Amino acid sequence: MAHKRREMLVDPLVDNNPITLQVLGICSALAVTSSLQVSFVMALAVTLVTAFSSMFISMIRNHIPGSIRIIVQMVIIASLVILVDQVLKAYAFEISKTLSVFVGLIITNCIVMGRAEAFAMKNPPLDSFIDGVGNGLGYGLILMLVGVIRELFGSGSLFGITILETVNNGGWYVPNGLLLLPPSAFFIIGLIIWAFRTWKPGQVEEREYKIQVVEAH
Amino acid sequence: MSEQDQQPQGALRRFLALPADSVPKTIFVAVAVCLVASMIVSAAAVALRPIQAVNALKDKQINILQVAGIYDPNTDVLEAFAAFEPQVLELASGEFTDQFVAAEFDDRAAAEDPATSVALADDPAGIVRQGQFVTVYILRDEAGAIDKVILPLHGYGLWSTLYGFIALEENGNDIFGLQFYEHAETPGLGAEVDNPRWKALWKGKKLADESGELQISVTKAAPAAGADYHVDALAGATLTSAGVHNLVNFWMGEAGYAPFLTNLKAGKI
Repeated sequence: MAHKRREMLVDPLVDNNPITLQVLGICSALAVTSSLQVSFVMALAVTLVTAFSSMFISMIRNHIPGSIRIIVQMVIIASLVILVDQVLKAYAFEISKTLSVFVGLIITNCIVMGRAEAFAMKNPPLDSFIDGVGNGLGYGLILMLVGVIRELFGSGSLFGITILETVNNGGWYVPNGLLLLPPSAFFIIGLIIWAFRTWKPGQVEEREYKIQVVEAH
Repeated sequence: MSEQDQQPQGALRRFLALPADSVPKTIFVAVAVCLVASMIVSAAAVALRPIQAVNALKDKQINILQVAGIYDPNTDVLEAFAAFEPQVLELASGEFTDQFVAAEFDDRAAAEDPATSVALADDPAGIVRQGQFVTVYILRDEAGAIDKVILPLHGYGLWSTLYGFIALEENGNDIFGLQFYEHAETPGLGAEVDNPRWKALWKGKKLADESGELQISVTKAAPAAGADYHVDALAGATLTSAGVHNLVNFWMGEAGYAPFLTNLKAGKI
């Protein structure tokens, strides 16, 4: 059992990563990764929301009527997100201003819903909690990877601390402006997925089509 | 085992043992989940409100410091904020009033109170009711002469009311800066009103031309009045830009600060 739980925690990091394998939760990954600090807070918020929503949903899973199960899950997830938003506004006002709507959008983050529906509805609370933490960390890992690349090469800093002195500040580094724009996160996530699938060929999906060889007439 | 033994004891247990899909259980679960969730959310909102209010106030003060160009992240906000002289201004007369204590005056509450506000018939800024008293902040130089005046303004953009400050030089016509501290415009489009490069465009612009006609505009194309009176509209945010244009023109016009600015130019303040 302990072994299984450890797997549940580690599995979503690489082998079953919600972003790179399931390609869920991309929208927020694009939006918030231009600075590492914001990525970190977002990853933490998603991890907490996924873990606790999975746990609470799992606790009442036997009483949730099938006909309104999605709504019940949404109510629980939304309440937790509002809670996170309120706490951020009280204790991390600057960051909450930067995250603006994206904290609220955790509600629509497919990872949270996905874990509630796919895992928490069928498994006991502790397992669901660990599964939620694992998936949140998997999401966070990719967010941080993208954040490091975007902030380092886009603004020449990490966590706001200057690493590469930019030309604007009298240094030598010409920052890559594209990396500060959302599309760059698309490219980086694409490259990460490519890297992961080269490393673990098992993640490559089977083609849904077949190229036909047609003989010349 | 008889049928009787399998029946759970107690009304609640019997109820919980109902199949999850039965109608009473569905209603019960829906109501219970909503009740518990709403209680948790409201408890958090109420408990955290005082801390959030302090943050919002501090943020507003930081914005006033920034728009006046004297913000230094390393100094204490309250200490730096003491450089300003807050005054309650009566819009119609353009003079300061001591009916209220400036430090405690709440502009937004005053704008809702019928005794201190008017409903607008001509309302280009989309603010419905305009308070007749506002808190303005005066920054004086070492000799005690007015260096800058920081005037609050607000108006409707695309989704939300934008609340901000405009800093004017002592001549009452040159803009030193404009900045919004509260809005809910689209991130990446309308929310670019927070973009430092766009905010920097405002510096050095003039409100009115030599004849005293209000010329300031936020538009895509440069107007006939010339670049001194024109700030480029935000790309992809036509309605937010139009909102900013309207609110600046409204607040700098006759219904807004025009009487005060006339007094300021005449040296009566």
